[in-house]
This record gives sequence, structure tokens and C-alpha cells, in this order.
Amino acid sequence: MSDQNTNPRTEWPLWEIFIRGQHGMSHRHVGSLHAPDAEMAIKNARDVYTRRNEGVSIWVVEAEKITASSPSDKGPMYEPSQSKVYRHPTFFDIPDDVGAM
Amino acid sequence: MYAQMVKSENTDSGPELDAFQARIDAGEKIEPKDWMPAGYRKTLIRQISQHAHSEIVGQLPEGNWITRAPTLERKAILLAKVQDEAGHGLYLYCAAETLGVSRDELTEMLLDGRMKYSSIFNYPTLTWADIGAIGWLVDGAAIMNQVPLQRTSYGPYARAMVRICKEESFHQRQGYDIMMKMAQGSEAQKRMAQDALNRYWYPSLMMFGPSDKESVHSAQSMKWRIKINSNDELRQKFVDQTVPQAEYLGLTVPDDNLRLNPETGHYEFSEPDWTEFFEVLNGNGPCNKERLEARNKAWDDGQWVRDGMMAHARKKAARAAASKVAAE
Repeated sequence: MSDQNTNPRTEWPLWEIFIRGQHGMSHRHVGSLHAPDAEMAIKNARDVYTRRNEGVSIWVVEAEKITASSPSDKGPMYEPSQSKVYRHPTFFDIPDDVGAM
Repeated sequence: MYAQMVKSENTDSGPELDAFQARIDAGEKIEPKDWMPAGYRKTLIRQISQHAHSEIVGQLPEGNWITRAPTLERKAILLAKVQDEAGHGLYLYCAAETLGVSRDELTEMLLDGRMKYSSIFNYPTLTWADIGAIGWLVDGAAIMNQVPLQRTSYGPYARAMVRICKEESFHQRQGYDIMMKMAQGSEAQKRMAQDALNRYWYPSLMMFGPSDKESVHSAQSMKWRIKINSNDELRQKFVDQTVPQAEYLGLTVPDDNLRLNPETGHYEFSEPDWTEFFEVLNGNGPCNKERLEARNKAWDDGQWVRDGMMAHARKKAARAAASKVAAE
């Protein structure tokens, strides 16, 4: 903390911005920006990402707080679900006579 | 273009590189955490930040007319347009940052001249008609380049381009709207519109950069899909699209050699003066010094604001932490 105070030239932290485009939709990642704190990040996000009614709600998350999966884990992470085809409804043959199901 | 003569680097080889190239050839997007050759990363940082710097510096010639726009409506429109340019710069800086550089580093490289911005923004805006010409020609040329870049191989860059393209067409139309008004106005206004076209025609053609038929950099960038079309291809497309628009305005493109080739269906036109282009790129254009001075002044004058806001944020956070401890 004191270290940071003696170095006022620190760059503003990076924030990831998520916007709900319309009522009923999830928030979606739209990009990032720099701001001194969360409150300013929301204000900046309004100017940078919603100049044309692109949103009804904004989330901001400090970029360094995000933990992401690593691309090299892609195999072990998602492989197990590939062998479980029975999780999809199309796995089961239902006779046409049964009707919509 | 907004990124002109970007030098590409190719220093890697090996099986990783082959796998990487195969992904690009298959049309896959490369994302920030994926493995990428050092040359790809370096070239992209250079290209995206040059593009970002151009958006930021590009605010200056137009900002020159905000206080002198002929009507309140024109002023509000121009203000919105210049604000968009700031937004475009920010989308692009954030795309560049995913490659491992910080925005402040990039800004400093612009300010001390290590990084470049497009040659076009080193020309002055002498009359209101220049604002029309910039929207019509300069943004028109930018769109030619940016539309294909929406399909570029680097995910964050492609997504920034999608946002930019959505907004860019407003820019071009507002420019053409100004030109229409002027071209249909008094004799003096018509002369002003013609004069703006005369001065901005060749600098706009230069935006695409010199012919890249023999350029090694272009070949590498195209292989990586961070450049989609050749400079000549885009320039031709721009001329083919723009000449009829000039005719509609009743203005004359300042080129005696301009003619439609009935066989190819394309216009033949004179090359811009490439000596002038290199002079402008090397810092000797009409406004290079002024533009960089304005950016440096804005950066220096804003320092206390950036510092103050950071100090305020820290104080607020410390106070919140202290009151939390007290409550416990």
C-alpha cells in the first residue's frame, strides 16, 4: 500500500466489462478498459461500450481477479463429456408412433 | 491504412508453428492464452497499436472544428463522431493489451515517436468542407480496410473490428451529408467542397500504403490472416466506389488520367506522390509536429487527474477496509 502511494504513476487497473444487452439476456463480455476503481469503471464502460443503447446493465470485474482455464487443459477438461453421448436426447430412438417427446 | 507499412516478424519454426498455421488455415480464431509465434505477437502489437494511435490522433483534425461547426446540430454530430474515435482507440488498445503490453507503454511509445499513426492525420483541416471530406474519403478508405479485418485470425482484434465497423458507417454518411450540403450550396460553398476534395484525394489514396506486390511483410501477414487484402486491391476498390459518389456531388476528382476501363469495369487512376507519403510518415508532413505536441500536452496535463483519481480510489478502499475492521 505505502509502496503504491509513493509511486503515483501506477497505471489504472484493467477491468473486464460485461453488459446485459436486453432484459432477459445474460451479461456478455464486451471488452476491457482502465479505471481507478469500480465506480469509475462503470462510468467509463457506459461511455465506451453503450453509446448506442447496447445495454441495460453493466458488470465490471477487475481483470486480475479472473481465473481462466488454460488452453492446454482443453483435452482433459472436456474429453470426458465426449464419451457420454447418452447425455443427448438424440441417443434414444423413440418410435414415431409415440408422438412428440 | 490506419496501420501502414507494418513490418512483420517471422523468427519461429518447428512443429508448434505448423500446428498454429494449420489452425489459421482452418479459419480458427487465436485467443490471448493460446500459443502463438513471437513474430505473430510482435507484428500484431505493432499493427493494432498503430491503428489505435491513429484513432486517437485522428480526433485532432476534426476536433479543430467542433467549436466552429456551422449549426448546433452539426456540432452535436461531430462531437459524437469524435467521441466514437476515442472509443475505437480504446477498443483497439484493449485488444493490444491482451498480447501482453500495457496501454501506458503503448501511449508512451506514441508520444516519443517510437510508434507511428496513419499519415492522413498529418494534414490540416482548413475549412468546414474538410470535415465532410474526411468523413466521406478518410472514413470511407478506413472502412475498406476494416470490413475484411473483422475476419482476422486474432480473436480480440476481430471483435474490436466488428464494433468499429458498426459505428464507422455513421461516420462516412455524416461526411457525405456535409459534402452534399456544400455541393448544393452557394458558389463559394461549392468551391470549398471542390477544394477539400482536391486536397484530400491523394492523401486518402496513400492511406492504403504503397504497392505491396513485392513486399515480404505483406506475404507473412496475409499468411497469418492479420492482413486480408493487398494494398492495391483495396485502393482500387476505394476508387471504384468513390468516383461515382464524387460525380453525384458534381465535383471533379483531381486526376486527369482518371478513366473507366470498359473492359475491366475498373477505374484507371494516377498514383499518389509516394515521396510525399514517406516524408509525412517520417515526420515531415504539414502537421506532424503539432499533432504530437497536442498529444504530449494532453498526456502531461492529464497526469494530475490520473494520479488524483488513483489516490482517491486508494483512500476510499483503505477507509472501507478500516470501517470493516472497526465493525468486527
